[in-house]
Amino acid sequence: MSALGLIRSGTPQGARPFERFLLTAQAWAGLPAALAAEPSLALLGLWAEPGTVHAAFLDEASHAVLLASAPAEGGRYAALSPARPGAIRFERAIRDLWGLSAEGAVDDRPWLDHGRWPVAGPMSGNPAPRPGAEPPQPEFLPVEGEGIHQIPVGPIHAGVIEPGHFRFHIQGEVVVRLEARLGYKHKGTLGLMLGKTARAAAAFAARLSGDSTVAHGWAFAAAVEAALGLEVPPRAVALRAAMAELERIHNHLNDWGFVCNDAAFAFPHARCGFLREGVLRACADAFGHRLMMDRVLPGGVAPDIAPGGGQAILAALDAVEAEIPALLRVYESHASLQDRVVGTGFLDPVHAARFAAGGFVGRGSGRAFDARIAPGYAPYDLLAPAIAVEAGGDVDARVRVRVAELRTAIALVRRLLMTLPEGETLVPLPARAGEGAALVEGFRGECLHWLRLDEGGVIRAVFLRDPSWLQWPLLEAAIEGNIVADFPLCNKSFNCSYSGVDL
Amino acid sequence: MLWPRLVRALVSRPLTDPAGAAPAETVAALGERLATTARARLGRSLAIREVDSGSCNGCELEVNALQNVAYDLERFGLRFVASPRHADVLLVTGPACRNMAEAMERALACTPEPRWVVAAGDCAVDGGVFKGSYAVHGGVGAVLPVDLLIPGCPPSPAQLLEGLLALLEAEAAPRQK
Ligand code: SF4
Repeated sequence: MSALGLIRSGTPQGARPFERFLLTAQAWAGLPAALAAEPSLALLGLWAEPGTVHAAFLDEASHAVLLASAPAEGGRYAALSPARPGAIRFERAIRDLWGLSAEGAVDDRPWLDHGRWPVAGPMSGNPAPRPGAEPPQPEFLPVEGEGIHQIPVGPIHAGVIEPGHFRFHIQGEVVVRLEARLGYKHKGTLGLMLGKTARAAAAFAARLSGDSTVAHGWAFAAAVEAALGLEVPPRAVALRAAMAELERIHNHLNDWGFVCNDAAFAFPHARCGFLREGVLRACADAFGHRLMMDRVLPGGVAPDIAPGGGQAILAALDAVEAEIPALLRVYESHASLQDRVVGTGFLDPVHAARFAAGGFVGRGSGRAFDARIAPGYAPYDLLAPAIAVEAGGDVDARVRVRVAELRTAIALVRRLLMTLPEGETLVPLPARAGEGAALVEGFRGECLHWLRLDEGGVIRAVFLRDPSWLQWPLLEAAIEGNIVADFPLCNKSFNCSYSGVDL
Repeated sequence: MLWPRLVRALVSRPLTDPAGAAPAETVAALGERLATTARARLGRSLAIREVDSGSCNGCELEVNALQNVAYDLERFGLRFVASPRHADVLLVTGPACRNMAEAMERALACTPEPRWVVAAGDCAVDGGVFKGSYAVHGGVGAVLPVDLLIPGCPPSPAQLLEGLLALLEAEAAPRQK
């Protein structure tokens, strides 16, 4: 049976808007072979709750999303990593958090658990106390060859960036293998959300990755609303999209500047930083918070946009738009800068497709996926933004996708603010049970949230999947064969979230 | 053409915001903590090393924004450095994650005295929304000796600047009383 058929043969669980099918352990065990034969079914995420494993898939042909689950009998389930390399880190995280092991897994080293928590399997339902043993030394994949040496970097890095460890294996100046070890920022976010009402738990979704606070806040709210079968007022829908596009704009500006800065080109960095500051101040005027944190809530948006806020935003965006052509000229016309970005950090479109990489990482390597278009959600169904896709796969291609998106996002915000519907922005949440999921396109890619509420409207199961899960492993592929000095540039061109995947 | 540009630069407003003032109370409290010898050694400038002990990265965004041209930090004698060995201030953001505790302690051990530890952001102050999790110790103070708290989620660049200026003032002012 095809993988799609295998999943659909399970029992529907009534999840909205993407159905979840409960498979027998035996049917699930057939998935790895079926997936291997069906490359068009992309794995979006893999997670668990005590005794059960869940997966989210995207049918690349129809852009339909579907979820599959199976009981993990005896704490074990069949690994999907032999067929989907993107599953590797999820399987490692599932063992660390829920105590379930993936049979036949490609990699069974710990991931989030560094041996420093007071318990093992904190989400497993019966966490085992772990008396203060010495944390184990991490193991890295071996490299063989003449003159290979290692460079350990982090967890604390030289710039103002998030902590994580990078282990480089180097031959001369060339990177033979990079392996990231993350998990330093694990905060137990999912565990803290359980047992809270949807409104109270929204604060954690908004803090999964601060740079994507609007996108994750929206994905969470949309999953709650889907679970409850709740419609949000049109004004709230438009404001959510305006905030999400403003978030895209400020992040794209930031990273464009930083990529140039990492190539020792400070001028675009200074200008992008200044323009971005203007956008953030306008956001503060309009929404009362520079990053617009905690503004998207289950049930709508609060507070409403302030009087005069729209003008402040439009003025800031005019300034950005006016300067993009000049900045682009500077970016394109300096050979020293182009020399650093063109051809650097090449991500093979084959890898991008195998990992179902979203956002500008995928779109910079020819994968034309954007959750705003398909599966799609309001208000983008009416706005239909153009998708920018580049085939180059290098740092330059990722920058170009982002510059194109800057322009599209500015046009979207203008349209949204000029046609803002009147009316309320927040409706109360009915207390009822339900299961929902949502896919919302943040600046980095699609944010996938899934949750189940009980009759009292309290969260019983939840997973928040940042797009970086499927992008981080590709950074390791993109840096291979590059010189060590180009790593900051490659890293910045991916700009994966540490907090988003450390949970 | 150079001339039109020069003329435009002469008549246009500077990009940089005017400087704010540090809150007197905070300055006095910080002054109390600082020995005279330390004051002599730190002078009126501070090298800052940012350490993220597990933030959501919202605080990093604002620390980064603080370095843009609108704030122009170096006019105050404030400057971010790449190593704790070159730092007078550890500016710590995020709750103290258990997986980061050893790295935080090592960063402190590398920072020469006299030094300040600043906990920036609600998470760094007391763990914020993450307090009580199995994965965090609490605020930064649970792992490092903290001199100054800057609340906010995240604190805005202006609030961060106000805190850092208070440190500078504390170094400059003769000890209160
Ligand atoms: S204080 Fe707020 S912005 Fe800063 S790390 Fe904590 S949650 Fe993020």
